[in-house]
Amino acid sequence: MLTRNRFLAGTAALVALSMIGPAGAQAPIKIGELNSYKVFPAFLEPYKKGWELAVEEVNAAGGVLGRKIEIVSRDDNGNPGDAVRVAEELLSREGVAFLIGTFPSNVGLAVADFAKQRKVLFIAAEPLSDKIVWDSGNAYTFRLRTSTYMQTAMLISDAAKLNKKRWAIVYPNYEYGQSATAAFKKLLSARQPGVEFVTEQATPLGKIDAGAVAQALADAKPDAIFSSLFGADLAKFVREGQQRGLFKGVEVFNLLAGEPEYLDPLKEEAPEGWYVTGYPWSEIKTPEHTKFLNAYQAKYKDYPRLGSVVGYATIMSAVEAIRKAGSLDQDKLIAAMRGLTHMTPFGMIEYRAIDHQSTMGAYVGRIGVKDGKGYMKDWRFVDGKDALPSDAEVLKMRPKN
Amino acid sequence: MTFASILIQLLNGLAAAASLFLVSAGLSLIFGVTRIVNFAHGSLYMLGLYGAYTLIQALGRTPLGFWSAVLLAALLVGLAGVLIEVLILRRIYRAPELFQLLATFAVVLVIKDIALFVWGAEDLVGPRAPGLGMAVEILGKRIPAYDLLLIAIGPVVLAALWLLLTRTRWGALVRAATQDREMVGALGVDQAKLFTSVFFVGSVLAGLGGALQIPREPANLELDLSVIADAFVVTVVGGLGSIGGAFLAAIIIGVAKAFCIGIGTVTWFGTEIVFSKLTLVVEFLIMALVLVVRPYGLLGRPQAAQRIATDPAPPLTAPSWKIAAIWLVLLVAVPLAADRYVTILLTDIFCFALFAVSLHFIMGPAGMVSFGHAAYFGLGAYAAGLLFKRAGLPMEAALVLAPLCAGAFAVVYGWFCVRLSGVYLAMLTLAFAQISWSIVFQWDSFTGGSNGVFGVWPSAWLADKTTYYYLALACCGAGIALLWRVLFSPFGFVLRAGRDSPLRAEAIGIDLRGFQWAAFVLVGALAGLAGAVYAFSKGSISPSAISIAQSTDGLIMVLLGGVETLTGPIAGAAIFTWLRDEVARRTEFWRAVMGLVILAIVLLFPQGLVGGLKALAARWRERPA
Amino acid sequence: MSGAVLQVEGLHKAFGGVQAVADVSFAVSAGEMLALVGPNGAGKSTCFNMLNGQLAPDHGIVRLDGRDIVGLRPSAIWRLGVGRTFQITATFASLSVRENVQMALYSHAGRLRSLLSRFGTAYRAEADGLLQQVGMLDQADRTCGVLAYGDLKRVELAMALANQPRLLLMDEPTAGMAPRERVALMELAAGLARKRAIAVLFTEHDMDVVFSQADRIIVLDRGQLIAGGTPEEVRANPAVRAVYLGGTH
Repeated sequence: MLTRNRFLAGTAALVALSMIGPAGAQAPIKIGELNSYKVFPAFLEPYKKGWELAVEEVNAAGGVLGRKIEIVSRDDNGNPGDAVRVAEELLSREGVAFLIGTFPSNVGLAVADFAKQRKVLFIAAEPLSDKIVWDSGNAYTFRLRTSTYMQTAMLISDAAKLNKKRWAIVYPNYEYGQSATAAFKKLLSARQPGVEFVTEQATPLGKIDAGAVAQALADAKPDAIFSSLFGADLAKFVREGQQRGLFKGVEVFNLLAGEPEYLDPLKEEAPEGWYVTGYPWSEIKTPEHTKFLNAYQAKYKDYPRLGSVVGYATIMSAVEAIRKAGSLDQDKLIAAMRGLTHMTPFGMIEYRAIDHQSTMGAYVGRIGVKDGKGYMKDWRFVDGKDALPSDAEVLKMRPKN
Repeated sequence: MTFASILIQLLNGLAAAASLFLVSAGLSLIFGVTRIVNFAHGSLYMLGLYGAYTLIQALGRTPLGFWSAVLLAALLVGLAGVLIEVLILRRIYRAPELFQLLATFAVVLVIKDIALFVWGAEDLVGPRAPGLGMAVEILGKRIPAYDLLLIAIGPVVLAALWLLLTRTRWGALVRAATQDREMVGALGVDQAKLFTSVFFVGSVLAGLGGALQIPREPANLELDLSVIADAFVVTVVGGLGSIGGAFLAAIIIGVAKAFCIGIGTVTWFGTEIVFSKLTLVVEFLIMALVLVVRPYGLLGRPQAAQRIATDPAPPLTAPSWKIAAIWLVLLVAVPLAADRYVTILLTDIFCFALFAVSLHFIMGPAGMVSFGHAAYFGLGAYAAGLLFKRAGLPMEAALVLAPLCAGAFAVVYGWFCVRLSGVYLAMLTLAFAQISWSIVFQWDSFTGGSNGVFGVWPSAWLADKTTYYYLALACCGAGIALLWRVLFSPFGFVLRAGRDSPLRAEAIGIDLRGFQWAAFVLVGALAGLAGAVYAFSKGSISPSAISIAQSTDGLIMVLLGGVETLTGPIAGAAIFTWLRDEVARRTEFWRAVMGLVILAIVLLFPQGLVGGLKALAARWRERPA
Repeated sequence: MSGAVLQVEGLHKAFGGVQAVADVSFAVSAGEMLALVGPNGAGKSTCFNMLNGQLAPDHGIVRLDGRDIVGLRPSAIWRLGVGRTFQITATFASLSVRENVQMALYSHAGRLRSLLSRFGTAYRAEADGLLQQVGMLDQADRTCGVLAYGDLKRVELAMALANQPRLLLMDEPTAGMAPRERVALMELAAGLARKRAIAVLFTEHDMDVVFSQADRIIVLDRGQLIAGGTPEEVRANPAVRAVYLGGTH
């Protein structure tokens, strides 16, 4: 329990009073959200819009358990130490029911470990790291977004189909790029024995020397390239590669590059024909997506990015977990999360009991250029559950406790 | 690598060096004349890119539009630099050394949020240079025509600067001021005008460096800090104030990077060496090597007797143990009275306070500025985490051993650092910190790589946040008390004496270096203790604890509180941590608000907060009755 | 001269192509005041810096009480009993006058390595005694950073005396002082030197000071010794007159 003194209790009472509506309705359920808004604004501004829309819809529909929900959002400065402090503040001062959010893997993993220590539910919204549900998985942490491994696995069938022998790899030099590369090499070698990885370039995040990298890749004379670059690195790589003719006659696979966050800045230079994972927002016609798209465009006069979908779906997961648990008790919430299924703009997802990973899928397709803008063509939706390793493998990776 | 590849990678390196040279030349000019460590120089570069992007859209994608946009952007950035100099820096030239760094840090925060507000979060990919969008074929390989142009621009700007510096009266003044700042005053030159004009030229170079990158690099919000580190490295490797040195250093670093990439993965004696991974740190390796061999950079000269325009450091007042005891009692009582989060925030503040006090010890009284103090904080934290997780030691043992590990690193790093002085010393500490960071960042199997180490939680009897609060208070309080005690011991007096006059210290039989080395080890160990306490309070540790950002935070805390007072660093740590926590919660543009608050403090209290308050108190006591 | 405290033989130093000091030899005995004079750029400071270890001579011998001290660091030379004052005063500006002198006393006693004891409790009386001798006791608690220039010179003198030196090197000890002060300071130095049998080597611009205080004078011009002897002998030396009156320049 919290330690209190009279003064602070008085202040708290005042604050609480001010928050209770005039009709004396029940206080809203507070959910703590933390993210690196200022460090990764390009992804997280749309994300924030996504969850704000969801909160509005949930509350308009009467909330959950008869109470409205309120998101208490904090900036974690992209720093795990700050994130843990902010998480403490959300729990102990704001009294939030549980935690959601985070973007970079190191922050996500730090908060996951903190959630385990504090025995409180944490829904990791954005971090891609496989470790968050596998090597470092714990009972209290669940992850929504399609992970690095899953996105890589989704590209494998196309890659294997091409039957290219010489592959070059370029990746941002940190965990995401390293795991994507490792997963790609492992999965492709299994599908296509004898495949050769002729060169590997690990580039410092945000500081790629694109000209030199493009040249080094070209020197290795690859038939195909696998890249996990994104953001400014991707834009630089695309431009240099095109100017230097690197992509002529070479198939390129690039994780995430179909996400509007990273595809749209490339404009007319979007690299035609690349195989990517992403989000063709304008072409998805499922009812659940159309509903989301219309609501989003009506509210923001802007189109959603992938982050918007993630933000929106995170709130859905949180609300559904509360509804299913019927209370805010941590054990009940955890139990509810395990095997929880609910609808998202990308269709039904399930939080797998075996590893707490959601089966949220992703769109795989190729980049085309139309009206001076990149878009995804020939896309298909891959359900997340089809891109995960076998249960036996998962159980081997995940610590038992 | 074939001959053709080697040639192309050489050209790639030269092209990359061009912008780096422009930015660094500007930084070098500004530092040479004003002695200001201009943290905002990278922000000016970033503004150059954003400005060029917008202007090209306005002026059209024609050759004329493109080039006028680039030049106009550079000039506008020059004006921004003038604005910064006139509105802010001019008011604090007489403040203690490095205080201006605090102001420029605040400017970085403000500019970043302004850029976010004006240009939005999405990366802005500029157009190719009209007429130069194609590639040129050389030995069967293609290189963008624009890169070749950049390769030519470097020497042209170098020549122009050389003419400006050697053939004009302004240039003569700049060179004179670079050698001896006081001489300019003695020559009867209007110092304010000289400084403003130098800021203009330096900022134009930064803006031009940025604007020229628009066909190669999207305008984005991360550019400021990524460029500033590189620019500092180039400036120092070349030798402070030496434009030719900056040119040489930019080329060495640009080409070295290109070759790390070109060489790729090599197997030597059965070991696979991934050269491309070295790009993370190669510039810092080069800097460390150069500084160890040439303590003033490649073309730099030993600074003439450092007569800084600031007054000598004032005497240090011994801590009042009585007041410290009162604080201690108050802090002990906090968990009984305040809510749980207050104790958590205070635990952070304790760690940062010890971190800041240890940094203050070395940069204030001992006169050796460290730009890489996070090395010891972070290595202490990692030592704690790894001893606990990998070696399986009890938490208590890990906590005790971690400072010793950090101290052991300080033994090695310090040995090299005490052989240098001034900004060179500071940059060597930064080089060591970055090298440590990159090793920790890459060594996945041992340090957890970019993710770090998790599950670093205290033993059961300390797990309660209140108990841990007391542990942190005890560890950090004892650390601070120890440092203060040492400061007033003969050893501490030697350090202060050595800062005041190394010449005199030697002349009364003191072998200063040995003392300074020992001081490095002492503060390294105590910063390590701060890191270890921090690690166990968070349950995890990641490379950001060794990052430049962490080192910068330490500098900001010390300067904010006041480098010339004993309690300043503690106040700085408390205010900085509290402010960030509070402001970040209340406003979206919290970085700009932080920046403005720091600027207000800088302008109101040029001695730092505690220094300023002390001066106010003194004036109050001496007021006419 | 076997009784010499300092004996210099064939000292050479060149910077680039410029011979700054060439074949300089001289000696100073205990209790003697030897003035080294010469026009600007004659090599006085270079000569001085070689004696106290800041510069290494190209060749030549410097003996202190018969022991060769070439190649030793300034700190080591100090420990052998050489005190010095600087042309531009070098004191510890943030410490008090007394603490400055105490630093030298602590150093002499080898007690600077203590990390936990409090500085300033020991050698207080000794410091005050030295300050008394140079007439600075009344300002003992002031910070050196705020002192007048002449007073700093006195503090330096007190510090130089702290290790009971055999030899005192004073580079332009009265530069920047008022004429009346100059004579007073040098009389003080001379008195102490004679009382304690310290050998003193000093450079000086003010010829009144030189001729009134020095026992012997040696004259350096363009790196070479051109004359030496008692003040009367030097005053009468035509070569010296030529250098100072600009006859050959």
